[in-house]
Amino acid sequence: MTIDLFILLLIGFMLAAGLIAVETSDLLSAVIAVGAAGFALSVIDLLLGAPDLAFPQVLVEIITLVLLIRMIMTRRDTSRQTPRDTLRTAVVLLGGGVFLVAAFLAVVGLGAGATVPAFGEPLLAGGHPGVSAAYLWQFDKDTGVANCVMGILLDYRAYDTLGEATVIFVAIMGGYVVLRKVGRKRQAQEPSP
Amino acid sequence: MKGMTSIVRDVTRLVAGVVMVYGVYVSCTGHLTPGGGFAGGVIIMAGVVMLVLAFGGERANELLAESRCHVLDGSGALAFALVALLGFFAGGFFVNFLPRGRVHQLVSGGMILPANLAISLKVAAGLIGIFLALVLATRQPSSQE
Repeated sequence: MTIDLFILLLIGFMLAAGLIAVETSDLLSAVIAVGAAGFALSVIDLLLGAPDLAFPQVLVEIITLVLLIRMIMTRRDTSRQTPRDTLRTAVVLLGGGVFLVAAFLAVVGLGAGATVPAFGEPLLAGGHPGVSAAYLWQFDKDTGVANCVMGILLDYRAYDTLGEATVIFVAIMGGYVVLRKVGRKRQAQEPSP
Repeated sequence: MKGMTSIVRDVTRLVAGVVMVYGVYVSCTGHLTPGGGFAGGVIIMAGVVMLVLAFGGERANELLAESRCHVLDGSGALAFALVALLGFFAGGFFVNFLPRGRVHQLVSGGMILPANLAISLKVAAGLIGIFLALVLATRQPSSQE
């Protein structure tokens, strides 16, 4: 129960950090607020007993903070004040309210009962024996690994990992395309219209 | 981009190698403890980021050119696809073709260890390449203005 309370507090902290990141006018404060939200997420992962997730989360968060602060320190002047827009804020608040109502109905239910399983209940545990239960019973015999998460990632669900690797590959290629030097030079040589 | 003071340089010289070795360790023992190829690759990249920030972009570019990162990135992706394709020897795509071994041993889990190493190489090389590209791109003043 105390762990639930901790997690709710951390989610509140993440919401506050996200709001600060969106609303602040200073780019550096926004980056630091995003970093705070990421570290809170990694603490939530640890509290839920998922070190496999918390570990890369902390690492990626540190690297992203270093990179973003580095970028902001070198090009400080590109920050631009976003105009205040009452209509946009109202639409966002309305959308958030609709989402909260939908989530409440899904978790608590109107009278027919909840459609989402209770917190901490695995989704695929139903049936005989159920996919999650079967994985947990047999993973050492099936895959020969001691870390069940890695057995699922790279043996049972290796196709998903291949998809993730493809996503990283394409994202890195996109970064190279944006940052490549050939295009920069050619653009600099051409007379500007 | 210039390097930092000699205090930072000396501490980095001592620590960066240990950080990178720890990254290799994490990606080698992904099937035994939490971690794995992605986390290990990011740790290796963190070591290189320390070196680049402490010694400056020019020195880093001498040691590890960005084009070499492209080659390593592509070969990591190829190695992962090759591990998946070798499963055809056992019957299909991504089938674990190596012997499972005993649980809790370093050499166990069949193809999971080589797959983790391939992912680690891919992630480390790709992220280092992106980081070098960003650092060298911010070094030049933009020519549009």
